[in-house]
Amino acid sequence: MTAARTITVIAGLTLREAARRRVLRALIGLTIVLLALSGWGFSRLAAESGTGTLTSGETRLTASILLNLVMFGFSLVAALGTAFLAGPTLAGETESGIALSVLARPIRRSAFLFGKWLGLVAFGTGFVVLAGLAQCLVVKLTTEYWPPNPAAALSLLAAQTIVLLTLAMLLSTLISPMASGVVAVGLFGATWVAGVVGGIGQALGNESVERIGTVSRMLLPTDGLWRGAMRGFQDPTALSFFGEDEGAAAFPFLSQHPLTMTYLVWAVVWVAMIWGLSAASFLRKDL
Amino acid sequence: MLLGLVRPDAGEVMLLGRPATDPAARAKVGYLPELFRYQPWLNAAEVLTLHVRLSGFDVSAQERRDCLALVGLADRAGDRVGGFSKGMQQRLGLAVALVARPELVILDEPTSALDPLGRADVRDIVLDLRSRGVAVLLNSHLIGEVERVCDRVVILDGGRVAASGTLVELLGKRELKLHLTDVSPRVLERLGDRVEREGDWFTVALPAEDDGVGVPDLVGDLVALGARVHAVEPARISLEERLLGILRDAHGSDR
Repeated sequence: MTAARTITVIAGLTLREAARRRVLRALIGLTIVLLALSGWGFSRLAAESGTGTLTSGETRLTASILLNLVMFGFSLVAALGTAFLAGPTLAGETESGIALSVLARPIRRSAFLFGKWLGLVAFGTGFVVLAGLAQCLVVKLTTEYWPPNPAAALSLLAAQTIVLLTLAMLLSTLISPMASGVVAVGLFGATWVAGVVGGIGQALGNESVERIGTVSRMLLPTDGLWRGAMRGFQDPTALSFFGEDEGAAAFPFLSQHPLTMTYLVWAVVWVAMIWGLSAASFLRKDL
Repeated sequence: MLLGLVRPDAGEVMLLGRPATDPAARAKVGYLPELFRYQPWLNAAEVLTLHVRLSGFDVSAQERRDCLALVGLADRAGDRVGGFSKGMQQRLGLAVALVARPELVILDEPTSALDPLGRADVRDIVLDLRSRGVAVLLNSHLIGEVERVCDRVVILDGGRVAASGTLVELLGKRELKLHLTDVSPRVLERLGDRVEREGDWFTVALPAEDDGVGVPDLVGDLVALGARVHAVEPARISLEERLLGILRDAHGSDR
């Protein structure tokens, strides 16, 4: 049995699991609700600008900030979905004894783990890209705003999902299924808050508070990637409106600086590192 | 440990002629774990397909159906495993262990959740495997079940081998129970000193290796000596008694 074949079979199985469990239906339901609500909101916004209450520039600005806000909602849904899928799929299977019969087959544990990871990545990124694209289209139809760099933004959003599910996978090789999902989502939220706190520190010119955001973005790259994604969704004029330095930094749904190449490389290294740790932990596990 | 699910502290494990650390060694092994579940969102046929794919062998759909039929799940192939009872899951587990044409089948407590009928089915399957030359490693606490199907027995006590061998080797001691009256001293002499008496019942220990003439010769001699023979019952100590004897001896010598 070649490793490639094991990986394909297990990745396919993971995708099928996601599709057959209620996760997929719940995600589709949530997404449709979110799309419909935002569609209604954006159409109200367009109606306001039609009556002359808002200038066209203000409309673009509001649309771009709202788009970031809704996208944050999607990234949260994707985070919850994948984290709570990654937990049961590994820890749950080893706990219930499903893994026993599968791993007794002539396959390597690392190939099994990689297959699981690949299936989750396909599921998570597929969801984020499709839902994000649908959202961009809703905004385009209602307010005629089209983000400056949607492809890069959606890829970064997908990258954020990959980071989080890799973390959830590591946790699920160490602790129980539910706990791993809760911890992963908790860390995701904490990093986002730390990022906002760091932004406020920057706006106030307080370096030690600002460092909180920087350090947390290094420890868990979700927030950094999310800020990079926002940059691709938002209207370039938004920054000048809030003032280049202080105001924009403190605002959680605006991104001031584009992502650096170094940070992207760090995110890739981070994922590889966490994956390696999960594999090391999973390979040594007594089932 | 054989299947690489638990890491050994020391030593070397060989599986079908290959080191057990090599996953390829498991290619021709079927395994039914003691505590297990199968993916509840798959149906029985899909579970088999998954295991066939993972094993790397090409097993036809007909063969897979036959395998489900063998364990009595032919008409449940399309049902989700999540809705299966423990006994049905156990039957499915047997099918999974057998589907990829194994040369060695490891069954860990295969009958724990089965009704008497299911147990008889499992016994038939194991005997069928034996007749086809497939090695079966059966781990069980149900000693009677082991005694009925096995060729060789290994008794483990606290992780150490307490005794091992063929059934004949382990249960070497054979006995004959005789109901006799008119027992003269010469009859007693013929019975020898390896005899226990309870009223008219005599229990005689027989040698392990018997060429088949010991019992008729003895009975013939007894009749010739004037004893009246009411009953001759062969008695064999059961594996269970032997097991208890071995374990009690081991624990007795510890104290």
